[in-house]
Amino acid sequence: MISYIAKRLLSGLVTVWFIATATFLGMHAVPGDPLLNDKAVTPEVRASLEAAYGLDKPLPQQYVIYLSNMLQGDFGISFTQKNRRVNDIIRDHFPVSAMLGLLALTIAALGGITWGAITALYRDRLPDVLIMLLVVFAVSVPSFVFAALGQLVVLKFNQLIGHSVIPVAGWGTFKHMLMPSLVLGLGTMAYLTRLMRSSMLEVADTDYIRTARAKGLSAPRIFFKHQLRNAILPVITVLGPAIAAITTGGFVVELVFAIPGLGRYFVQAVQQLDYTVIMGTTVFYGAFLVFMVIAVDIIYGFVDPRIRVDKVGA
Amino acid sequence: MITRHLNRTIRALALCSMVVLAASPGSGVAQDIAVDRARNEISIVMTEEPQWLNTVRATDAVSFIVLDHITEGLMSYDQQNRLTGGVAERWELTDTRATFWLRRDARWSDGKPVTAHDFVFAWQQVADPRNAAEYSFFMRAFTNGEQITQGKLDPTLLGVRALDDYTLEADLTQPTAYFLELVTFISFRPVREDFYRAQGQAYAADVQNMISNGPFTLTKWVHGAELRMEKNPHYWNRDAIHLSAINVPYITSDANARMNLYMDNKIVMATGLDSSATKTAMYNRQKMLSFSDGTVFFIEFNHRPDRLTRNLNLRRAMQAVFDAAELTYKVIGLPGNIPGVSLFPVWLDGTEKKLSEEFPPPVVEIDADKAREYLELARQELGIDEFPPLSLLLSDTPSSIKQAEYFQNVMARELGLQVILDRQIFKQRLAKMTAGDFDMVAAGWGPDYNDPMTFADLFASWNLNNRGRYVSEVYDNHVKRAQSTTNTRIRNRAFGDLAQVIHDDVVILPQYERGYIYVQDARVDGVRRRRFGGDPNYNYAFIKPES
Repeated sequence: MISYIAKRLLSGLVTVWFIATATFLGMHAVPGDPLLNDKAVTPEVRASLEAAYGLDKPLPQQYVIYLSNMLQGDFGISFTQKNRRVNDIIRDHFPVSAMLGLLALTIAALGGITWGAITALYRDRLPDVLIMLLVVFAVSVPSFVFAALGQLVVLKFNQLIGHSVIPVAGWGTFKHMLMPSLVLGLGTMAYLTRLMRSSMLEVADTDYIRTARAKGLSAPRIFFKHQLRNAILPVITVLGPAIAAITTGGFVVELVFAIPGLGRYFVQAVQQLDYTVIMGTTVFYGAFLVFMVIAVDIIYGFVDPRIRVDKVGA
Repeated sequence: MITRHLNRTIRALALCSMVVLAASPGSGVAQDIAVDRARNEISIVMTEEPQWLNTVRATDAVSFIVLDHITEGLMSYDQQNRLTGGVAERWELTDTRATFWLRRDARWSDGKPVTAHDFVFAWQQVADPRNAAEYSFFMRAFTNGEQITQGKLDPTLLGVRALDDYTLEADLTQPTAYFLELVTFISFRPVREDFYRAQGQAYAADVQNMISNGPFTLTKWVHGAELRMEKNPHYWNRDAIHLSAINVPYITSDANARMNLYMDNKIVMATGLDSSATKTAMYNRQKMLSFSDGTVFFIEFNHRPDRLTRNLNLRRAMQAVFDAAELTYKVIGLPGNIPGVSLFPVWLDGTEKKLSEEFPPPVVEIDADKAREYLELARQELGIDEFPPLSLLLSDTPSSIKQAEYFQNVMARELGLQVILDRQIFKQRLAKMTAGDFDMVAAGWGPDYNDPMTFADLFASWNLNNRGRYVSEVYDNHVKRAQSTTNTRIRNRAFGDLAQVIHDDVVILPQYERGYIYVQDARVDGVRRRRFGGDPNYNYAFIKPES
């Protein structure tokens, strides 16, 4: 098990290095000049800025400097917020995104498993058709529509009550997090519902369910102990990437609800060609995704005794 | 069995949510209300995080808004937006020299006096090329300024001196009629050397790394989330400041979110509304106000010799079919904008009246027949059988695409000219503009200070912002004429002549002067909208007594 984990971690590191290199090359290949602004600057100011960010050096040298700084855990200084370290940006804003993402994922996972189980239970009957219709809706409508809609609902609700019950936007208390995390989790919830439904139906046709029934076990016991527990495995598999996707995909939600998350910086950096922030956030998120997947694989073994990873190799 | 499972699950979930709540970052609780009468505070929203609250290096609009509350220059603007003394109590301006006598009671937020040395130090920092201040070119107003900004002379040789702690003297390279307006600009704010040097790279990065001399001080800055400015007890004119604090509990560039926050009574003003937020305001019967932010938008031609657009008759043809009024009213269709007629916007002051009244801009006559004659002339002069497609460079925002498509349509319909839209992201549009890789570009210009010169020298041959490389001796001479004197009549005459040259030479096609619809809480008054510096400004804002 330990050698397996070590192997996975090592391959994870290689993946992260690859992400860093690809991002570096891609970023410099994108047309545009990060140092340009609306108003032109004198050649002297330009030279001074280039020197400050090391852009006056040849690209291979920049790459080496960048990699060695990254190994020391230093992502440099932002191009737009000219005296803020990228490390500080990640440190200040990732917890916010993570919090929002975690809450959204909790909502998505609980909702997805519940709705998925219900649809499978009521297969082809009214609850199934109704829920699946909503699922199609939730999957196909983009998150900015849900975000705007969610905010409007909160506003109308507050106006109905006569004073502000749930905040329209902002960050700080649990109340602030409710609507944004619901909006953010909706898409994933719909996806998980579909996954859970098909997985449940697949398990329902297996031999051991029939055996359980033949043994005379009670319906709830079959449902929880045999069907649900087996059907939940694929859902856990996608949770890892889903965590990463949800904590990085919150850009629109963060914008609409004025949440100081990292997603905003991530997207704005690309728009502004803020080299250091692009590199910092991409490598950080890349590493986050890679290690989430590894973590899920390891946890997987604990959830399902049949596929203890070390025995697979043996 | 099932219940035990459930119990365990519930317990685990409860634990999870507790961990989640405990891990909630310390951004604090956002201020809950737009107008807090009891505490005498208001709440506002900002579109972005201030990039750097360092007056030497700041360039972005949001930093300017904050800095206009927490710092003050030698000169300032009063409640009615009229020029008045700031840190300077008295001043004298001649063709070659500016002298300022500072108030003895102007103080930094730590109680120490604001002295002439603070200004000398600040201006040297801005001029020093090692600081890479993007507004360093303003320091060329002073003797030796140009050589210092080029790194050829030491910054201490800048033609600015502190005669004593409270007297500042500056040598000007040329008569600068607008110098008093110019020193209101953020780059001319004082910086205290001991504090600046002690902070090093961290200067103005956080609340504890800054010191202010303005009506307010920054007391809270949670990056990306929240700011709070409190009344500065050391500010010399504190009796004129009414609010105890200004909260910025929200930062979002989403106009609809700002409108929703406004309607939820969380902020006192929602401005910069886009078409959808404007509609929301209308449906909700909000009282709408409009404000022209001073920026002029135009299509700039590439005058480089290798471009077809260098041909005057081609440009004339396009001018004769381009109707700015139709663009503004029918295509953009948002209230607040006015059709562009000149590089010089209508709000600029002249000698007695507005500049546009004293020197009305030349009128463009829309005449498709005439245009086709110009085009035929152009074709012959250029010696080509048919016009190849011309490129129009623009940014990739929905509104600029709409405007460009209108332009494309007009040129095809009236002149049979094919225009190719070159849509680029912000930084790439700038890169192509700077490199001259365009035939036409959708551009704009906002004023830095309150004088027509902030527009007039834009197309001077030496201006780095003249990205179409328009070169005209006549134009340059008119600019130099306006720069050679402080006599407003002579200067305004020169600006009038410049407007004529721009029209006759078709340097640009004016599109529109930007205006915004905004909504403001009726309980608050004294908010100033500004065309230069930070907008809006709440220095003199107050909460109206309950009626």
